[in-house]
Parts: sequence; C-alpha cells; structure tokens
Amino acid sequence: MDAPRSLFDKIWARHVVLRREGQCLLYVDRHLVHDGSFHAFANLERRGARVRRPRQTFGTPDHYVPTLSRSPADAATPEIRRMVETFAVNVTKHGVSAFELSDERQGIVHIVGPEQGITLPGLVLVCGDSHTSTHGALGALAFGIGQSENEHVLATQTLWQAPQRTMRISVEGRRPDGVSAKDVILAIIASIGAGGAVGHVVEYAGSAIRSMSIEERLTVCNMSIEAGARAGMVAPDDTTFSYLAEKPFSPKGAEWDRALKYWKTLPSDSAARFDSEVSLEAGKIEPMVTWGTSPENALPIGAVVPEGPQRALEYMGLAPGTRLEGLSVDRVFIGSCTNSRIEDLRAAAAVARGRKARVPAMVVPGSGQVKKQAEAEGLDRIFREAGFEWRHAGCSMCVGMNGDLGRPQERIASTSNRNFEGRQGKGARTHLMSPAMAAAAAVAGFLTDVRKL
Amino acid sequence: MAEQFTSLTAIAAPYEPLNVDTDQIVPARFLKFPRKDGYGKFLFHDVREEPDFVLNRAPFDQARILVANANFGCGSSREGAAYAFHDAGFRAVIAPSFGDIFYANCMKNGIVPVRLPDSECASLRKILEKNPGTQITVDLVAQEVRETGGRTHRFAIDAFYREMLLKGVDELGLTLSLLPEIEAFERAYAREAPWAVR
Repeated sequence: MDAPRSLFDKIWARHVVLRREGQCLLYVDRHLVHDGSFHAFANLERRGARVRRPRQTFGTPDHYVPTLSRSPADAATPEIRRMVETFAVNVTKHGVSAFELSDERQGIVHIVGPEQGITLPGLVLVCGDSHTSTHGALGALAFGIGQSENEHVLATQTLWQAPQRTMRISVEGRRPDGVSAKDVILAIIASIGAGGAVGHVVEYAGSAIRSMSIEERLTVCNMSIEAGARAGMVAPDDTTFSYLAEKPFSPKGAEWDRALKYWKTLPSDSAARFDSEVSLEAGKIEPMVTWGTSPENALPIGAVVPEGPQRALEYMGLAPGTRLEGLSVDRVFIGSCTNSRIEDLRAAAAVARGRKARVPAMVVPGSGQVKKQAEAEGLDRIFREAGFEWRHAGCSMCVGMNGDLGRPQERIASTSNRNFEGRQGKGARTHLMSPAMAAAAAVAGFLTDVRKL
Repeated sequence: MAEQFTSLTAIAAPYEPLNVDTDQIVPARFLKFPRKDGYGKFLFHDVREEPDFVLNRAPFDQARILVANANFGCGSSREGAAYAFHDAGFRAVIAPSFGDIFYANCMKNGIVPVRLPDSECASLRKILEKNPGTQITVDLVAQEVRETGGRTHRFAIDAFYREMLLKGVDELGLTLSLLPEIEAFERAYAREAPWAVR
C-alpha cells in the first residue's frame, strides 16, 4: 500500500522531470504571460532563445491596459501605451496563444485562465504574477514566479523548485447570509497572519469550501499569497467538473473522459498528512473590512480600529477606537482578479439596484466575457443608473499600473487584494472588502454592514 | 547569468518593520522601465521621502547588507524588487522569513537571502542601530553571518542555489543542457495526459 498522499503530493510527483541536490526540475503544463512579462521576453531574446512550447503558453494584456476603451491610444501615458504594444509584439513574434486587447476573450489573466478552460485539475500552472494562486481553485498547482523564472519556463517549459510544506485550512459549517467568499479568506488571513503560510502550499477543505461555487473558490485561492502561501488549492469535485465541461480549451470527447477519470484520483487521501492544520468555523465569520496596510489587518465591520502599528494608523488616517462602520469613503473600486467575475458583479449589482452612489464608484469586469455576460443580464444598466462607471476589463485600480489611481489621502472601498501603502496610488488609503460591501459603501458614502441595507 | 557570491563584508542597515511588501521596495509605477536604465534609484522610492528612513542616513546610505524583519518581501512577484536591491549595491538581505517569490528572485539576481531566527535578527538590528557603520560578514562558503569581533550565526540555505551562487552558474544554461531529459519526460507524459501537453 502506497503512503497516503495529498492533492499537492500527487500533482508534484507527476511533474518531476529529475532531481538534483534537493531541487526538482518540475514540468510546467501551462504558462500564462501578460503585459508585465516584458523583462522575461527581453532576456530570452538577449540569449537568442525561443519559446519552447508556444501552445502551452497563453497571454493576455491586463496590468497596463486602458479601461475606458480597447484602444492602446487611450493608455494614460505613452510609456504605458508602449507596454501594451510591446506585449502584442512579443506574443506575435513567439507565436504564443494570445487574447489581445481587441479580442473579447481578453481580461485579467487569472480570470481568463479558468474561464477558458486553460486551467485544469492536476496541471502545474505558473505566471509572473503572485495572484496565480487563484487557479488552484480548480485543483491545479498554480503559483506566481519572477521574471527570471518566467524566462526559464519560456525557454524550457520547466522550473527548479524545492518541494514546499503543506497546510490544510478547513472551514466547516454554513456561512451566514451576507457573508461571502471574500469574507472567508479575509477571516483566514486575519487568523493566521500575512506570513502565516510562508513556505507552504495551502489546501482549503471543509464543508464551507466544498459548498462554494468555483468562482467563490477562485476568490479564496486568489488571496492565498496574502497569507504568504505561494499556492492555494481546492480538491477537484463535481462542481469543478461541471464548471469545466464545454469550456473552450477543456479536453473534449474521449480525452475528457480520460482526463475526468484521472482528475477523480486527485483529491487528498483521507489519511494524507499535512505539515500544519488550521480550522475555522464558517458560522462565526462576518462581513470583513481591513483597517490597516496589511491584508491581515481585517476585522468584522462592527469592530473598532485596534491599537496597531503607528505607521499603518498614520498612513490610514485612523485612530484606535474609531468605529469602522460609518467611516466615510471617497471612492469605490469593484474589480481585480479577486472579485471581478460574474457572481461578484451580480452581488454588487443587487446592492446598487435602485440606489445612488454617493461617491465616485467604478466597476471593472475581469474579462471581456464577464463584461458581455453582465451586459446580457442588464447589470451594466443597473450600475449606470446607480451612478457607477462601467469600464472595460483589466487590472485597473487594484494596482494602478494603467493609470487608474486613487489620490493621496483618498479613502477607497475596494474589492481588490492588497491594502499596501501606495498600492492604489501614492498616499491612497485602501479598505478591502467584498463586492456587496463595496457597493454598500458606494451607496451609503461610508463603510456599512451590507446586511443592514 | 547569475552573479557569483562567496563572501561579503560590508556596512549593514537595520530595518524594523514587519511584512515589508514589494510594493514598498519598488512601487508599481517604476516597473515599466527597462532594466538597463538601472533600478537602484527606485529602491524604497516612496519610503525614502521620510527623512529619517534608515537608508537616507549616513553611514547606512553605504550599506550593502540589510537586516530586516519577518515576512520581508511579501506580496507581488515583481522581480523589480530584487533588481532594485541589486542595482543599489545590496548583495545580502537577512530576515527571519521572506516572501517565497522574493526569496527566489533574490537568488536569481546574486543577492543572498539569509534566514536567521527572529531573536538573532533582532539582536543584529540592535547592534547596527547602536553602532552605525558596523560591518558584518555574510559568508556563503561557511554559511555564516559574522559580527565583527562578535557572534557567529550559522544559517541554512538550499544546496542547489548555494552552489549556483558560489560558482556563478547560469541556471537556464544548466537546464538547457538537460533538454534531452525534458523531452523524454514530455513524450511519456503526453501519452498519459494528452490534454496537458499541446
């Protein structure tokens, strides 16, 4: 009898090409690239190397793209425009499968991968972006890499990696009404800390995770890196398989049947051992907001600002004891690879419907496909009537690289993943929360408990 | 091509904050610039606006080693953070723990990321704060951090990357020499999982 293995162990073992001094040369099934990957292409060319597996490499521009239109000419500055254009040159030159800005499948790379069926259970998927952990929601081993590693994968379709430790985070029970997947992951990060899972691959388990939709699981896995985990994953199940059936790049016919049979062997064996175990009760989680400059600074909306690092409190313009509820906001951002899928937009629209935004609010769908679906459902109209801006797909104000930026001291209710100093613009003050909570902040003009609306 | 590193004795600067993210090390707006222009000027760009920030103060402005706190370099995968340290002259960062991606990026850019226990990092930072300009040695051969005339701290580091840094081995060049093994793996794997290999 073989030793019991975890989902991570099984995927890892299947991808080891060879071992050397504690490192494994790991085969990479899918490599995603974006408009920030230009250093990797530049280095590759300096070396005179080619992309070894262009059909296993997929690209879409996202970090630098304008969200007002689909024309690079509308980029905020000439340098930003050059980034979008350089991406197009690189993917064309190397024959990489790409969804360019004019393609309605374009979007944030972590929205596009799952949506197109590029991400599949059991695959090793990497991308030069830390939120690559998102894709683990489908039962893949997916993690972010740097530009040197990017170049290495482009040239060889492999990476040198040491096996990581494993952590199982079990969330049991039923989420109360008004509590979203975003609240679950913020509660997890608040509980284990921003460095709580450093050096680990996290498997999310438990009834509250199993009962989540794929989009909810994507939100949870997305923020694994905010707890320090390079990868987060969820065992593939019937929810996963029905999500993937008929996706454009999913296997078809007999190949699907064969893949499915394999995917069903992937979940962790019941006796699998993890290097650490954490558990949370879903029933105790409430709508969360962050108050500081690390995602671990998350509290239920009913809480008060705690005694915290002076630097974070000063940056955020907050004093200990201040109630989070009622804190006025200057701007609202609904988008990012964490929360820009159709279910996120439905949740935000349900709050916005029939109300008016009291502060500038912007909705940025995660992909052209999400945008199209939202428009077919009339969500764009709901948002517009409520005074929200309806934009084109991209990373936008999550990281501000395309010029969508908050101003100094502006307080932003945001569905993104990082409240770091300067993340949404120099001096901008980010409060992270769910799409419904962000929409509630927009119509109230202050942080509020969406359950009370 | 990885830069070679064997041992370095240099001024070290202490930096206390926890969870320093790579957005602080190099703000996103600078990532669009070509590497050849140099990333040193972006290192802690916005943090440097605080006059008392450690790297603004002599003699720490001459530092080539940073002694930091837990979860250093968390957040974004931007290799610009490692470029910025490298181009500003840094060749070693010592901390109780690192963001995993930043840790890997350091290795690829000739910067040695040294993990030492919390208490040892705290004591080093205290010494440096009390005696500005103190030099310390990061010795990759012996796997030691040595205080001048003081304690020696042993550290563990991945053997593969230690070798790579000591010899200045080109990691990608090494892998390219293993292409026949990769191709053989790929052929067998494609038979088992044809949907994976396109």
